Amino acid sequence: MSLNAILAQTMLGLSQGVFYAMLSLGLAIIFGLLNVINFAHGALYMLGAFVALIGYSYLGPWLGQPDWHMGFWTALVVAPLLVGGLGMLIERFLLRRLYDFDHIYGLLLTFGIALILQGLFANYFNISGTPYPGQPESLSGIVNLGFMYFPKYRLFAILLSIVVCFATWFVIERTSLGAVLRAGVENPKLVEAFGINVPRMVTLTFGFGVALAALAGVLAAPIYSVSPLMGADLIITVFAVVVIGGMGSILGAIVTGLMLGLVQGLTQALYPPAANTVIFFIMVVVLLIRPAGLFGKVV
Amino acid sequence: MNKPFLTAVCTTGALMFGAAQAADGPSDGSVKIGVLTDMSGVYAAIEGPGSVIAAEMAIEDFGGEVLGKPIELTSADHQEKADVASSIARRWIDRDNVDMIVGMVNSAVGLAVQGLASDKKTITMNTGAGSQELTESQCSKYGIHYVYDTYALPVGTATAMVENGGKKWFFITADYTFGHSLQKSTARVVENLGGEVVGEVNAPLATSDFSSYLLQASSSGADVIALANAGNDTVNSIKQAHEFGIVDRGQKLAGMLVFLSDVKALGLETAQGLQFTTAFYWDRTEESREWSQRFLEKHDEMPTMVDAGVYSSTLAYLKAVEAAGTDEADAVRAELGDMKINDFFVKDGSIEPNGLMPHDMYLVRVKQPSESEGPWDLLEVVSTIPADQAYIATEDSACPLLDE
Repeated sequence: MSLNAILAQTMLGLSQGVFYAMLSLGLAIIFGLLNVINFAHGALYMLGAFVALIGYSYLGPWLGQPDWHMGFWTALVVAPLLVGGLGMLIERFLLRRLYDFDHIYGLLLTFGIALILQGLFANYFNISGTPYPGQPESLSGIVNLGFMYFPKYRLFAILLSIVVCFATWFVIERTSLGAVLRAGVENPKLVEAFGINVPRMVTLTFGFGVALAALAGVLAAPIYSVSPLMGADLIITVFAVVVIGGMGSILGAIVTGLMLGLVQGLTQALYPPAANTVIFFIMVVVLLIRPAGLFGKVV
Repeated sequence: MNKPFLTAVCTTGALMFGAAQAADGPSDGSVKIGVLTDMSGVYAAIEGPGSVIAAEMAIEDFGGEVLGKPIELTSADHQEKADVASSIARRWIDRDNVDMIVGMVNSAVGLAVQGLASDKKTITMNTGAGSQELTESQCSKYGIHYVYDTYALPVGTATAMVENGGKKWFFITADYTFGHSLQKSTARVVENLGGEVVGEVNAPLATSDFSSYLLQASSSGADVIALANAGNDTVNSIKQAHEFGIVDRGQKLAGMLVFLSDVKALGLETAQGLQFTTAFYWDRTEESREWSQRFLEKHDEMPTMVDAGVYSSTLAYLKAVEAAGTDEADAVRAELGDMKINDFFVKDGSIEPNGLMPHDMYLVRVKQPSESEGPWDLLEVVSTIPADQAYIATEDSACPLLDE
């Protein structure tokens, strides 16, 4: 394979990897703080994409203003807020009732929510996917990177995702807000004694993790068709990413997401039949050698 | 690794494999038809809930009963898994007395169910799967292949593209029976016309990002990038080919199997100009428009060629039961072989001994946005490929049944 081809596959792998990174980051935050395995994460990612699509193509006509569209930039803000809000409602009214039980109950609840959301959207929208027509003019077109032609939009998605991921990491690992969050995980009683409302903090954190999924969904809308199953297809791979990175490790989720995107991209070029399995193969190897994951701490 | 996660993995596995829908209870004294298809997965827009509606319409139009017995309908989701499909089919036949199974999109499912049903003397009307094997080496007495096969699909499309100068072909192929079979028969057409195959890549089924494969295709220097895949895979590959500007830089895309729902999902802006072969387009004749309008009212979507095929094959089966005076499979199959099928889907169709139902196919072109006059005004019929050119001649078929 020529150097150009390797560079090209690297870029493609990266554009896949940023989605893994954003989604596994949200999962890792939620697992780290709430000990909930959020199986609805894929469905919430799908929901983010649908907020963008509905806002652009359907909302205007519904409100009797067929010419009105909610643009892409608005969707980038509105979708995470709306879906994050839904996440907070789920945490406050459903998940909170299950914290005293085994983790499996949280998993079953979120799995059920995922099936309901998917079923609901599959009922009203085309399962093959509906194109999202709202990609801004300023981001359409192709850039010549020298070694390949690359869509401007994907370049934007890569940059924005990386910025969001590392900003999140910075807040959690390097600021006093993050310190409180981490302390709340270690010892909620003690943190409450300092006058911090831990239940509210947990709700907000869950909402934030979900908002990241919705943001990824909006970013994915112009690249892939918006379909009720787009999250279901992705979530299993993302769980594998989280396991490889180490459950609950923030940096682990980001780095592993990007890295596995690259590995997958190169596999697609070198040996395509293994492209969908390579991540799971790595998962098996990592579990055998480092059961806590690459970045996980051995307890 | 923490315990919760391992429990989670096991639980999820159990949830995903245990989700087959329950069928109705056992029945006696009725003719029972089962629609076995993909209700929610990668091919559900092609042959999913819409095909159940099509079967309902056929039963309704037939009058709801045959030989004085009620016609019952049941349906199930095979989840694209041959083992799930086989166990549903076995239960339907052994316990629920299902007399005919229709649908079976996905060739792995189609071959498995046809084999199983034939051993149990049950008629299958395959409307969804494409593999030519269904009527070739794996043909069976009770298995009928109704709508399209991998032999017929490339005849119109590949011929038109090679004749317009597309000599060098690169294949992006769905990595299972159907994709390989489609690639093989397309390559045959291309090479017979003096073209050549310069490369191929096998992509796993249900890939969301085809850009890597498209890049390989693009750098191969081929004139035509042929997509030997279906459903969401086709939609994603066409969409991403446009995103990377591959079409703008002069290479042509050939969708070897494209459905109306795919064109709808892509939008005319992206799909315009794409040529492909189909067995049915709603806006072709007065009859097809009339039926499709009724379907649209029930399903909110225009029928794919598979939906139309489910209707036509179910109706043909019921007519054969009536003519035979029994629902016993041998008698019905004999009747199906003798009768001429005439409806909006097929004219003077007949089912060959190998189970194939040859009929005219149509080369279509996706309209430009400016040519389209409504939300479903998507295609223009370019030419008709007569049944005898589209399908393999019965004397050339490798079906072992023909030697007997």
